[in-house]
Amino acid sequence: MTRTEWLLSEQPASRRQARLGQAYRTWLALKANRLAMVGLTLVLALIAVALLAPWIAPYDPIVGGDLRTDRLQPPSWEHPMGTDDLARDIFSRVIHGARLTLMVVVLVAVIATPIGLAIGTTAGYFGGWIDTVLMRATDIFLAFPRLILALAFVAALGPGIENAIIAIALTSWPPYARLARAETLTIRDSDFINAARLQGASSLRILWGHVTPLCLSSVVVRVTLDMAGIILTAAGLGFLGLGAQPPQPEWGAMIAGGRRFIIDYWWVATMPGLAIFAVSLGFNLLGDGLRDVLDPKARK
Amino acid sequence: MAGTPQIGRGRGRALSLWLWKGTKVALTVAVTFLGLLLVTFVISRYMSVDPVLRAVGDRASQSTYDAMYRAMGLDRPVWEQFWIYLRNVLSGDLGSSFLTKRPVADDLARVFPATLELATVGILIGTLFGIPLGVISAVKQGRAIDQVVRVLGLVGYSAPIFWLGLLGLLVFYARLGWVAGPGRIDIAHEYSFTVTTGLLLLDSAMQGAWGAFRNAFSHIILPGALLGYFSMAYISRMTRSFMLAELAQEYVTTARVKGVPEWRIVWVHALRNAAVPLVTVVALSYAGLLEGSVLTETVFAWPGLGLYLTNSLQVADMNAVLGGTLVIGAIFVALNLLSDLLYTILDPRTRRQVRP
Repeated sequence: MTRTEWLLSEQPASRRQARLGQAYRTWLALKANRLAMVGLTLVLALIAVALLAPWIAPYDPIVGGDLRTDRLQPPSWEHPMGTDDLARDIFSRVIHGARLTLMVVVLVAVIATPIGLAIGTTAGYFGGWIDTVLMRATDIFLAFPRLILALAFVAALGPGIENAIIAIALTSWPPYARLARAETLTIRDSDFINAARLQGASSLRILWGHVTPLCLSSVVVRVTLDMAGIILTAAGLGFLGLGAQPPQPEWGAMIAGGRRFIIDYWWVATMPGLAIFAVSLGFNLLGDGLRDVLDPKARK
Repeated sequence: MAGTPQIGRGRGRALSLWLWKGTKVALTVAVTFLGLLLVTFVISRYMSVDPVLRAVGDRASQSTYDAMYRAMGLDRPVWEQFWIYLRNVLSGDLGSSFLTKRPVADDLARVFPATLELATVGILIGTLFGIPLGVISAVKQGRAIDQVVRVLGLVGYSAPIFWLGLLGLLVFYARLGWVAGPGRIDIAHEYSFTVTTGLLLLDSAMQGAWGAFRNAFSHIILPGALLGYFSMAYISRMTRSFMLAELAQEYVTTARVKGVPEWRIVWVHALRNAAVPLVTVVALSYAGLLEGSVLTETVFAWPGLGLYLTNSLQVADMNAVLGGTLVIGAIFVALNLLSDLLYTILDPRTRRQVRP
């Protein structure tokens, strides 16, 4: 029996085999989707570039070259994306900017997912007035357009990439809470939950040990789908001067920097935009593919 | 004879149910709006900018500072401050702006028509292109045209709007000269007609100032098309999925068997049924355009709500920021409610559920 046969076996001998088989089938379905694979490649490229930035970037992202000779050079072999008004190599800055983008995405996911899970599972599990209060609060956050609320939070906290991350996280959790609540409602009255309750497990233990793990996978997929939106919001904040501050090579802020002289030196604002576009396209393609594979209703 | 009073009673019950539903909706909206106020209030209390220092300047003596602190009500308990804030907002007082030295409510009323005009042009373009494209890609599912529409949509979802705006200015304004640059209207045309509604296209057209109309049009077409493109991405995607669901229904098969021409089945029978949820989609993307306009207005120096908000943000003018946030939030809630109501009116099935 080959490894593939073992994985695709219709009669798995163990729980581990069944799980691995399921994962392998999901992977096969995803692999068959060419666009999703393009997306996966783009996302992996972002991670690789972010991790290896100092070794890939040919120049320093903060300290520029000679201001007399190297300013605003058009793209060439020496500077693949040209140089900006401070004689810095744009290619190196875009490469280092991948680190900031990855940091934003990861931190927002790490902050917003637990908030959404905690609020959603609590509301769904307890029901009653706790549910009403928590879901009203969620609706109120959903009532603001996301970028506007993030703008107001950043205005209060002060500009900077850390505050931008907090602001985006504070505006991203409501959909996750809704989803976690819906999932909790479907399993709240299951036998295994009742069994745990009869054994005297505390509510906290049931929520944390039994409900949350079951909600996790669908929330994680939803977070992946949201990544492109998070990147675009962060870039928007950076463009408005409220995210990363100069001289940090954040892509949105770089576009804002090149905006003043876009008509004469188009590459300064265009190149970082291409990077944002590529990365958020990658997350969108991957997210679409994941949804097609994991959502049984969409499958034919 | 016996039937008449029964119908009357039935109507009365339906009416009271409608009233009950209406009260519930009104209560939900009131609670949501109260929540919006609470959020903006909390943000304003925990901001990093000292409002007293902003008002008196950093050279004021301690006694002036203290007097202002008391005058602004900051020495009172927090719940009392919220109560005062609530009363002020409900009476239309959003405080005054540090930047323009005018009441924020007046400022917002002055800039709002510009945003409304831009968003309306955007949603018109988005709907006029989005719905036909969505229908065609549903009919030609999996064919080349479907892929093209899909890619167009994906680009719309993935590209930063401010970046596309800059590229648009670079290509269509600077290089090709097809459209006018940033701003709403050239200074030469500014006084060739009186501004009554604040919607320049409407005002100039009604007064026959066609030169000004053409000028305003060449200013609005690029940002409008950009916003339209982004809402088209969403509308065409939703139209496609609604149409696919409709075309799989049995009444479509029946119509085909009867020999109804295919174009009529698609554009009349199926699209009419898909139109009900589409109204919600269009209303929601209209609300979304108000948000997207923050970045677009910044790029195109469009003097609307978004530019006002970002200009205020640059100088940490909190009254203006929170006032703008609140107004946008309120519009968002209102449009959401409106789309729910339209849904009930357009779809007979949701109406029947209300009847006892």
